Amino acid sequence: MSTTTDPQGGSFRLSMLLNDTRYRSMTLQVIAAIILALSLAYLYSNLAANLRAAGLNISFAFLGTPAGYDINQTLIEYDSQSSNLRAAMVGILNTLLVAVLACITATVFGVVAGVLRLSNNWLVRKLMAFYVEIFRNIPVLIWIVIIFTIMIAVMPGPRAFRGDNATSSMLFDLFAFTNRGVYAPGPYFTRGIGGADGSIINWLLVIATLVGSFFVTRKVTERANHVQAETGVRPNTLWTNLAIWFVPIIILMLILGLAWEIPELKGFNFAGGLKIGGPLIALWFALSIYTGAFIAENVRAGIQAVSKGQTEAASALGLRPNRTMSLVVLPQALRVIIPPLISQYLNITKNSSLAIAVGYADITATLGGITLNQTGRAIECVLLLMLFYLVISLIISSVMNVYNNAMKLKER
Amino acid sequence: MSDTHAQSVAYVRDTAIPQSPAPANASGPVKWMRDNLFATWANALLTVAAIYVVYLILSNTLPWIFGGLWNTASLAECREVLQGKSAACFSVLTDRWDQLIFGYSYPAEYYWRPTVAFLIMFVAIAPVLFFDLPRKLLIVTALFPFIAYWLIWGGTIWTPIFALLGVVVGYMVYARLVTGSFAKGFFGGIAAALVVWFIAGYIVPAIAPQEPLLASVPSRDLGGFMLNLMLGLTCVSLSLPIGIALALGRQSSMPLIKWICVIFIEFIRGVPLITLLFVASVMLAYFFPPESTVDLFLRVVIMITMFSSAYIAEVVRGGLAALPKGQYEAADSLGLDYAQAMRLIILPQALKISIPGIVNIAVGLFKDTTLVSVISMFDLVGMIRGPILASTEWNGVYWELLGFAAALFFVVCYGISQYSQWLERRLATDHR
Repeated sequence: MSTTTDPQGGSFRLSMLLNDTRYRSMTLQVIAAIILALSLAYLYSNLAANLRAAGLNISFAFLGTPAGYDINQTLIEYDSQSSNLRAAMVGILNTLLVAVLACITATVFGVVAGVLRLSNNWLVRKLMAFYVEIFRNIPVLIWIVIIFTIMIAVMPGPRAFRGDNATSSMLFDLFAFTNRGVYAPGPYFTRGIGGADGSIINWLLVIATLVGSFFVTRKVTERANHVQAETGVRPNTLWTNLAIWFVPIIILMLILGLAWEIPELKGFNFAGGLKIGGPLIALWFALSIYTGAFIAENVRAGIQAVSKGQTEAASALGLRPNRTMSLVVLPQALRVIIPPLISQYLNITKNSSLAIAVGYADITATLGGITLNQTGRAIECVLLLMLFYLVISLIISSVMNVYNNAMKLKER
Repeated sequence: MSDTHAQSVAYVRDTAIPQSPAPANASGPVKWMRDNLFATWANALLTVAAIYVVYLILSNTLPWIFGGLWNTASLAECREVLQGKSAACFSVLTDRWDQLIFGYSYPAEYYWRPTVAFLIMFVAIAPVLFFDLPRKLLIVTALFPFIAYWLIWGGTIWTPIFALLGVVVGYMVYARLVTGSFAKGFFGGIAAALVVWFIAGYIVPAIAPQEPLLASVPSRDLGGFMLNLMLGLTCVSLSLPIGIALALGRQSSMPLIKWICVIFIEFIRGVPLITLLFVASVMLAYFFPPESTVDLFLRVVIMITMFSSAYIAEVVRGGLAALPKGQYEAADSLGLDYAQAMRLIILPQALKISIPGIVNIAVGLFKDTTLVSVISMFDLVGMIRGPILASTEWNGVYWELLGFAAALFFVVCYGISQYSQWLERRLATDHR
């Protein structure tokens, strides 16, 4: 007689909830769900009780009321009578502005330093290692403060530009570098849509033209590739492409009547033209030079990750060194460099919240700083702030995923 | 015989010529400079430019540093002594040293307490960092949090003693139950510790002496570089186990647990630390029971720990993913259960892979502790930007103060990263 080893169907014992792997995960998850629900309920009841005790309620009505404070650097029209929502929009645009600017310059710094770290010149190599270590090991907040201090302490005040024997003068009579910021000629359209002041539509037109040119040149290049594949002779596209880039934009500028407003010393300060405030420059420069050190390491690691055999194989095929670099090494290195590079961009965006330390009006300083303090709406403000940064990070990381999927090795 | 042979056969040398040294320009420093500094024209230009940059930097900073003054009472006095010369006024460091290190409201007569805690820290940290040291030293490590807490905050000694008692009881219960199953031991231990702490909550106030041995210092009086060190050390050590748990949770096959971890990690990683510090300073108090008062230091520790554990979780997840599948299968085939497989096979290897990442997070976190100055806590940067630069004596000595802060952070962070590289080499078990 053989005994059956199968568990008898239907006889469910309570101990199986813990000892049978089929049920154990269910048990654990139910316990986790209960604990989670209980702790959320506990936190929520605390919140409700505290709010009741303080006589507060959750309401976003404060966004519509006048902000009542001025912002020194704005991309869109804003005055102290504008709503808190408008102030938050100004902050969002300022955050994006400094983030985009810093991403571009940090990439430049990082790529240059990363490539130079692999230079065969000993001195340059050591200098770049010095740069990377110094900037990576000191908090970015200290760098921001230091560079802001340099801005204020080294640059002359607007007063120095005044009088017959002024100690400072404007560069080419166009640019003024002062401790309040840099003043540069500002473009505007005399015959633009919406009068001389111009509306944003003018700039959208300019951007649309440039984007159009970009797509047309891409078509031309594709066509050239096609012709080359058919006949073996590549048609010269340089002049066509230059014309496509420059002719439409110049015609558009002539139609709109582009003119430049030169900054002038009026009263105590410069007026007119473009003003790039000191806090923006300090934050921009500090973020780019700090993150540049990290990007340099990514670039170096990426180039070193391409095995030497690839270079040798390319040489064996008879490719010249610069073709080896552009066709063999770089495409493979980029696959390693780009993912950390994009997370550095994410870091720049998040670190731009340190603007609050130098008084640059980004979203953290407007919504999370002055608006929060004036209205006392701590919970709403902080939640909106987090939501904004979450959305930005999600956008950046989804772009990264799309790119990674496009670039990853196509394997079986 | 004739000498035909001697005429027809060319002279053949039968001894080797002694090796002569390489020409002067193909050896020694000359060759090194040729290869490394002046290989091509472009390279030579680059070298000259680099030398010029180095000269610019050194010629401006060295006289400034070495001409520095160390013992004047104020910046005005400094300028008087220097008479227009450009030199540093390091007197601010000697004058405000205590404030830079301890903050401006920690009682001066108790400075020895954090100092002693700081010295014990080295003994406590040594066996963790260098595992050749006798394992007995780990006892100091285990006791260190309680000793340091008591030294820095003061107050009745019964608080740390009962806290320690809870841990000891919890460990004993764990050691008894773990033979049955890991989960039983783990949760049993936690429950036992909680019971002890709950009871202690009633006993300690009753037996606490009126005049404690060490006078108590409130958290808001902590400041300076001490605050940075305390936040960094506490948050890193707390976030390591939490981060590992989150990483394991994210790899879990149980969807609910997996999604809780994923949402937590992605949420925390998506927002900047400043917003989390805002949560700590203005929002978190709303989530505690109405009558309780949780002080700002603890709230900040909670938020920074959450922040860094999310990042450590991602690093550890990378380590877990990098481990060959064969290791997991080997653990299964040995008949180990989940907890045993993780403790004995998977985690030791995964953590070894993630050392560089974890150290990066730790260094980043230590640097980020300066951000608490934004929510008006007076850490090193907060002290410099606030009370010291605002004082009448020292208004205007930016470089000396900021340079000091930068140097302090550089020494600590660079030291940590050098240690991690040493550790990586030390732990390398692959033979290449």
